[in-house]
Amino acid sequence: MANLRDHMGRPIVAVTGVGVVTSLGVGKADNWAALTSGKSGIHPITRFPVDHLNTRISGMVDFLPSSTKGASPLTYELAETAAQEAVSEAGLDSVDFAGPLFLASPPVELDWADRFSLYNSDKQDAGAERLLRVARGLKELDIFDTTQFGTIADRLADRFGTRGLPITLSTACASGATAIQLGVEAIRRGECDKALSIGADGSATAEALIRFSLLSALSTHNEIPEKASKPFSKDRDGFVLAEGSGALVLESLEAAIARGATILGIIRGCGEKADDFHRTRSKPDGSPAIAAVRAALADAGLGEDEIDYVNAHGTSTPENDKMEHLSLSTVFGERIGSMPISSNKSMIGHTLSAAGAVEAAFSLMTMRESVIPPTINYDNPDPAIVLDVVPNKKRNAEVGTVLSNSFGFGGQNTCLVMAREPV
Amino acid sequence: MSSHDVVITGIGLVSSLGEGPDAHWQKLTQRGFRPVLEAQRFAPYTIHPLPEIDWNLQIAKRGDQRQMETWQRLGTYVAGLALDDAGIKGNDELCATMDMVVAAGGGERDEAVDAAILAASESRNDRDVLLNEKLTTELRPTLFLAQLSNLLAGNISIVHKVTGSSRTFMGEEGAGVSAVETAAARIRSGQSTHVLVGGAFQTEHSDMLLGYELAGYLHRGPWKPVWQREGAEGGGVVTGSGGAFLVLEQRQHAKSRGRRIYAELGPVLSGRARRRHGELNTEIAALLKQAALPPGELLTISGASGAHAATAAEKAALEANPALAARAFSTLTGHLKEAQFPFAVALAAMAVDRKAAYPVFDATVERQIEGAPATILATAIGYHQFEGLGLVKAA
Repeated sequence: MANLRDHMGRPIVAVTGVGVVTSLGVGKADNWAALTSGKSGIHPITRFPVDHLNTRISGMVDFLPSSTKGASPLTYELAETAAQEAVSEAGLDSVDFAGPLFLASPPVELDWADRFSLYNSDKQDAGAERLLRVARGLKELDIFDTTQFGTIADRLADRFGTRGLPITLSTACASGATAIQLGVEAIRRGECDKALSIGADGSATAEALIRFSLLSALSTHNEIPEKASKPFSKDRDGFVLAEGSGALVLESLEAAIARGATILGIIRGCGEKADDFHRTRSKPDGSPAIAAVRAALADAGLGEDEIDYVNAHGTSTPENDKMEHLSLSTVFGERIGSMPISSNKSMIGHTLSAAGAVEAAFSLMTMRESVIPPTINYDNPDPAIVLDVVPNKKRNAEVGTVLSNSFGFGGQNTCLVMAREPV
Repeated sequence: MSSHDVVITGIGLVSSLGEGPDAHWQKLTQRGFRPVLEAQRFAPYTIHPLPEIDWNLQIAKRGDQRQMETWQRLGTYVAGLALDDAGIKGNDELCATMDMVVAAGGGERDEAVDAAILAASESRNDRDVLLNEKLTTELRPTLFLAQLSNLLAGNISIVHKVTGSSRTFMGEEGAGVSAVETAAARIRSGQSTHVLVGGAFQTEHSDMLLGYELAGYLHRGPWKPVWQREGAEGGGVVTGSGGAFLVLEQRQHAKSRGRRIYAELGPVLSGRARRRHGELNTEIAALLKQAALPPGELLTISGASGAHAATAAEKAALEANPALAARAFSTLTGHLKEAQFPFAVALAAMAVDRKAAYPVFDATVERQIEGAPATILATAIGYHQFEGLGLVKAA
């Protein structure tokens, strides 16, 4: 009989369903095959013209029906697709999930296509005045819905029959991990025995790309797109904007066992710590990221020597990779040189609000399959970052525990510790 | 009473009525008080504007102020008021261990850049190229950070050093309900000892009005109280700029540091009626039932927005329970969107603390209530979706 409570007496939280969509494809099977063969999903941008843009590559999801319909419809479809895979795998009712929903998704804005069409449907006045007058004459709610921050979760709640008021959250690039953390905490508090946590991001619009570009955050290695994301390499020059989604069905181990569900893994611990240093940069001593990793380990009841593999945030920006190395080497000491640490983003780019959930999904598969996906494009190691990044080729290895890092603008640091087995 | 009870030890408020609990109490308890209105700037819409604010009082560095637009400045300012009020501001240890849940929408876009792009779109068919051309050259790089939803929390961390944890919930009024609900659940379960929770809304920007008006939600024509907008021109919502932050604390934690307690936060309930299926009335009734209202008259600080359908449903639900005496504060502040529920809870806590009810805000609909309220109900029924309510009790 498995132990059903953790080291702090809380219900152990199991994962019983996993779903994922990235530029590599729909579903776990396609994604895993690509990821373990070192294939990149980064490609030239075709969704909009790239005139005047310094970055002309991305990891957009271009193969869904909503891919050309704007950020809100695509984010919904990404979330729905991943959630459907996860709920089916869990063997739960996909129209009556009967647990709460936690959705990490990008902040919404009126799409430019809609802005243009509203504006040009009239000739009177100009600017905002014209938009407002046209807006109040609209007979349909379609455009309105795309501007409400709660709409995507509301539709998902209808679609999957989740319970209660769904929570939509943003902790920037840590959002996906926070969605999982909220689900874990709700189960631990005994508020529910299962939860659906989703991270989805279909917001790679021209404006989003330009905004990140103006902050000098993006890679401009446009010539060979699949080579642009090179975490921990000396010549890394920014992240690659990407889209995707990850969904987990979380259940108390007790409930999962009681209904005979397959346990895909355990969320052992979650840790967070906010940084007060700067809006986009980390405190130079790395103390907030260090504190987040340590908080996750403490929450999991594991020591530094009990983590087998790190699924890095590894964005491929000069700043992140340097700081992540500093934080990890501070926490793990000398052992860091021999611990496998890889970045999924080398292949799928940075899926922003979805990243924490997508990478949790891949971390769980890493443990189940005993295969560590590589960090590709590691041809020119940064001598200041001495890590075993599982360079360029997958590695077969028994992995019992994973630390997955997520760090974001606004001083957001969230870390998850996952385990293959309950105890 | 238990040591893990959730109590309110800090309140930060800003609205057109002024700033802080005292200023709000003084105006809201003035019989026949007339709201502060701005009917010209955004005509045909009336709004409740921000009062004069000296940002330096809560955001000491000009550099920090410059990194934000008004929405983030406002939220950071109001959060500072709450921290000050709770005696936490400047206490490094308490700030570093404080959790934070912010209810947020998005920040302000650059209206001039947008207007120029729209104007040019009238004479160009290559609109996507136009967009690239203008946005790459005319956008201020740091404006993106002023627009990001989670950067209100980010700025609170930077300016006030609140760094225990930082989460941002989105989704209009529902985000404010979930933020308070989650913060309270963390304290009750022993996960947190003290949490900063709240939100802000800056309505004086055309995009913020557009967010309502794409569904025709805004009231037009002469101003009326919240309960009386049905049948008037437009959709019933009059917006306001403002914000509300609360410091929620575990009772034992507050007592051990000798803090004054405004009130206890009782159960907080949230829901999602499928309104298209006509479920709103039954959902509100179900939430009221779940709240286990105490016997006797109950002052009800209502976050009713004025939106016709939602406000009518809330009115019907409140009227079905004759013990409830409603005060729709948005009559005087305007609708504060994500901040609506934290604002309602703050007003409830102030009345419990001062042992007095608010006079009616609209004499044609609301009724007098006598005596010191021991428990007060706070509601936020979303103008479009999501519902919540909570009970605030004498400390």
